[in-house]
Amino acid sequence: MKVGVIVFPGSNCDHDLYHVLGKVVGFESVYLWHKDRDLQNCGAVLVPGGFSYGDYLRCGAIARFSPIMQEVEKFAKGGGPVLGICNGFQILTESHLLPGVLMRNRSLQFVCDTTRVRVESSETPFTRKVEAGSVLQMPVAHGEGNYFIDEEGLKRLEGEDRVVFRYVDEHGHTSDHANPNGSLGNIAGICNAARNVVALMPHPERVSEKILGSAEGKIIFESLLAG
Amino acid sequence: MKAKVTVKLKNGVLDPQGKAVQHAAQALGFSEVQDVRVGKSFEIVLEAKDPKQAKERLSQLSEKLLANTVIEGFEVEIL
Repeated sequence: MKVGVIVFPGSNCDHDLYHVLGKVVGFESVYLWHKDRDLQNCGAVLVPGGFSYGDYLRCGAIARFSPIMQEVEKFAKGGGPVLGICNGFQILTESHLLPGVLMRNRSLQFVCDTTRVRVESSETPFTRKVEAGSVLQMPVAHGEGNYFIDEEGLKRLEGEDRVVFRYVDEHGHTSDHANPNGSLGNIAGICNAARNVVALMPHPERVSEKILGSAEGKIIFESLLAG
Repeated sequence: MKAKVTVKLKNGVLDPQGKAVQHAAQALGFSEVQDVRVGKSFEIVLEAKDPKQAKERLSQLSEKLLANTVIEGFEVEIL
């Protein structure tokens, strides 16, 4: 399958993703430039981490209106698999492809750390190879990862089993000290109602090769392969 | 025409930035500071046939771009 990695000015995880998808997992990976309007017949689209457009105004707020995102919106609404990582998560919420918003971390500090993330649902194109309840260790690196949604929205997410990733501690509990940023319900990642649009704050692409410390995150991309 | 748009977090949304400013203010001896909410202010020059139209257009712009209405509210003021 051909998979596309969007490149915005200020993206900085695009090369990692391109490499992991193409060289480690074995897809044909291509870059999709933010000014283009062509998804090049990709079967999946990944929105990478970074600081698109310098995070001006709000994280993801400007990227959302880029020409390529208009195409991603159409692709997502047609059921195409889309994964947002970190800044990609922020862009997908600003695009209203996912509900809620990522606010400033409660510590007000940029957090750069390894987190334990429990996969809550296998029912997405990016987790179908992961058994629900498994815990993956993945790094986070963000200043705005504090997931917020109103009470009604949260009820809906929980009721529809759309919280896909949650921060947990060494015992597998969603404790407060396992929560790196203050996210509601320790939420690290969610999906849309159709379950084809998924996003998370942790970086699976940074733990996809043993030589770089761990390959625990690779299964997220391999899940796509399993489709 | 000149206008000012103020964007701030809705009531009930925790503002950690505001809290940090409040604590700093108290540490500086401004113990009377009880609460701080941090927002953004946009000064905008635009063409419009009258203030009513300007306000309408800027409200649309705020909804679409300047504010994230999930957590933020906005006020448009024609100067």
